[in-house]
Amino acid sequence: MGKYLHVLGIGLQNTLVYRTNFLVRAAFGLIPLAGTLYLWRAIYAGQGAEDKINGYTLAQMLSYYLVLTLVDAFTAVAEDDWQIAADIKDGQISQFLLKPIDYLRYRLSLYAAGRLIYTTCALLPVAVFLGFQWQSVVGPVSGPALGLAVVATLLAGVLQFFIAYAVAMLAFWVLDVSTFIFTQFALEYIASGHLFPLDLLPAWLHQLVMFTPYPYLAYFPVGVYLGRISGAGVVQGLAIQLFWVGAGYGLARFSFARGVRRYSAVGG
Amino acid sequence: MKTIRRYLGIYGALIRYSVIHEMQFKVNFLLWIVVECLWFGLQLSFMAVLYGHTDSIAGWSRWEVVLLVGCNQFVQQLFHVFFVTNLSGLSELIRRGTLDLLILQPLNLRFLVSVKKFEIGNVANALFGLAVVFWALAKLGTWPTWIQWLGFAVVCLAGLLLHYSLTFILACVAFWAVRAQGILWGYYNLFNIARLPADAFPRGPYRAVFTWVLPMLLVANVPARLLAGTLTDWGSLVALLGLAAATFILSEVVWRWSLRHYTSASS
Repeated sequence: MGKYLHVLGIGLQNTLVYRTNFLVRAAFGLIPLAGTLYLWRAIYAGQGAEDKINGYTLAQMLSYYLVLTLVDAFTAVAEDDWQIAADIKDGQISQFLLKPIDYLRYRLSLYAAGRLIYTTCALLPVAVFLGFQWQSVVGPVSGPALGLAVVATLLAGVLQFFIAYAVAMLAFWVLDVSTFIFTQFALEYIASGHLFPLDLLPAWLHQLVMFTPYPYLAYFPVGVYLGRISGAGVVQGLAIQLFWVGAGYGLARFSFARGVRRYSAVGG
Repeated sequence: MKTIRRYLGIYGALIRYSVIHEMQFKVNFLLWIVVECLWFGLQLSFMAVLYGHTDSIAGWSRWEVVLLVGCNQFVQQLFHVFFVTNLSGLSELIRRGTLDLLILQPLNLRFLVSVKKFEIGNVANALFGLAVVFWALAKLGTWPTWIQWLGFAVVCLAGLLLHYSLTFILACVAFWAVRAQGILWGYYNLFNIARLPADAFPRGPYRAVFTWVLPMLLVANVPARLLAGTLTDWGSLVALLGLAAATFILSEVVWRWSLRHYTSASS
């Protein structure tokens, strides 16, 4: 465990170099967010002030996106998948095969370091933005809901990492993984609820999507926070989330083990 | 006239070379087209979900918004075809000092830096965007006159020029900061608001900035309204044309100034 804490420390130092980059990135990300919020305001304005859309009040709808931004800052993979793929392609991974260090745990420590720094950097622009939107922010539906949402967010971070890791493992088989990364990201973007709350989908489609791993990356924690998912729904959700975390871990381990057999240490 | 013919000849050769290069990786080439389609599909499905819960957004009907998303895709993909790869590559040319090689060519440097690589794959995606425009127009039941189509072509070119000039200015930051690709990435975020109806934004600083300084709310809105025959505010059309010209001139000023600060690297 000690050596991975050390990796975490090194990761923290390395990512600190990018603090301005992260700050700018987080600030730029708020522009389309503001656009989405304006779009929803316009939709509600067309409905009359008291109307709800599928049970969401305007404030709840806006809060959905605001809380999502926080979850996203905490869990999104920034460069990890690209770096892992590059490690494999350039033969950098050889050194991990020779040393008593586990590549998955090594990358997980770096990912955690990256997220810690990114979240800290993003906090400033996001806090300013939240200040402007203050009237529309809805608090957590209850104390326990907030706690469960935090747990779900942590699990979402781990799941996100395993997915990115597994996709990057394709670098053992193909020369250029960027199309796979982008395809995966596109699926994730819609099915995790980044574009809109998933319960706006037709009921059958919503239920179907809830069995895939994607909602447990973003929609689930936010839904728990807002009280859209409660009671037995939370228990069921956490169970499915845990299942996918386990499956993601298995897939990550399996694909690495298979990949290493094919590995030819180009340039290594 | 002779110069134009010479440059067209050179551009033809550059396109031929780009296509040959692209065809070496056929599977990858096709996959990229699919990925772009997927993202376009996401934008359309987002609108489909919204219109599942409302009939009109800021006065825009469902098919008017589809038209808008199609127009945005068309302009954005044309921007990819001609410029994106080249402009995002500029910082790398500077970092490695390979810009030296290009400076020595007996050609306009800005021309070479801007259009060296032609992305044939995005032509397909631009055509998909155009297909959605046709589809939306058919659903709206209004077919534009040839004057409207002519105007559409002109405003799309203006939007293309605007995207190019603004991104080019941002790319010039690479002459000072070594890692400028993050800035271009930021411009990508701006694309996301171009496909929203401008009327959804209340009058205020946000709308003013994205209409007059970074006119994202004009590049797709004006062509879409022009085709749908709902362009009542002719000021926005004039603004788009004027701003396209103005930012192009500004980008040339920035480029000349930046180039004077170029200190070749690693040579």
